[in-house]
Amino acid sequence: MKAKVFVTYRDGVLDPQGQTIFEVLKQHGHDSVRNIRVGKMIEVELDDMDADQAKTMLNDISDKMFANPITETFRVELA
Amino acid sequence: MKVTIVTFPGSNCDRDCIYVMRDILSCDVNNVFHKESTLGSCDAVIVPGGFSYGDYLRAGALAKYSPIMGDIKRFAEQGGLVIGICNGFQILCEVGLLPGALVRNRSVRFISRNVQLRVENNDTVFTTAYEEGQQLWIPMAHAEGNYVAGEKTIHELEESGRVIFRYTGPEREDVLDGNPNGSINAIAGIMNEQGNVLGMMPHPERASDIRVGGTDGLGVFQSMIVSIQQNSPLATISA
Repeated sequence: MKAKVFVTYRDGVLDPQGQTIFEVLKQHGHDSVRNIRVGKMIEVELDDMDADQAKTMLNDISDKMFANPITETFRVELA
Repeated sequence: MKVTIVTFPGSNCDRDCIYVMRDILSCDVNNVFHKESTLGSCDAVIVPGGFSYGDYLRAGALAKYSPIMGDIKRFAEQGGLVIGICNGFQILCEVGLLPGALVRNRSVRFISRNVQLRVENNDTVFTTAYEEGQQLWIPMAHAEGNYVAGEKTIHELEESGRVIFRYTGPEREDVLDGNPNGSINAIAGIMNEQGNVLGMMPHPERASDIRVGGTDGLGVFQSMIVSIQQNSPLATISA
């Protein structure tokens, strides 16, 4: 089975990369874009198992490794 | 002083630290690879700078899982002196030996230049060689040195004198406030509550030889040596 984990900065944590992309978009006339935040998407391929079990495991891995809880949040999606 | 310097895959300041500790300060140096499970007998540990695991995932995030980490934690928890420099600081934050985290520099750029630091507290085992308020020139070289932590943590660090070094300059066109990377309160180095673990982004080991880079960083290591020699109790930190 496959899963995706999305890791993003918490609101309020400076995201200079997102801001830079945002500035460039503005310079190119994309006035309707209001803000950009950059995150990571991590694809995980794992043994078939119960969905709840997979989610619990991925939440644990994400909390300990994929995301730094001080600056980031995450969301687990099973495919 | 017997000092253990840890090398991770991607460390690149380990050799500079070895040179300074062994050749300039005449310490016994033990260099251990991250796959080792023990630090060996030592008085202090240096977690050097570089790009452990290529900074993949986040700077310091994967070094947290290196086999040597367990013994570094044990050593620190027993009161042993641990200093994390640059990537070492990032690693110590990731493993939880120091509070907070280091995110991308405000400018998004990798910044490699001499910066000015003020010694905010000289009553610590890492800073007795300095005067309080002394200004130091020490190089920094990082892309993720922007220190962040929750409001409560910042308040605690400030109130208890655990902000050890603060950026004070130089002012430049792109750094009007003298804070090169955007760290909260211009924090460049912090200490843990027990006073035996220091993390700092600038590189004191690159300012420890008069022939290259000056000697403003030498005081950090000299202070550690003095504290080990005197076996002095850790500096008391107000709660």
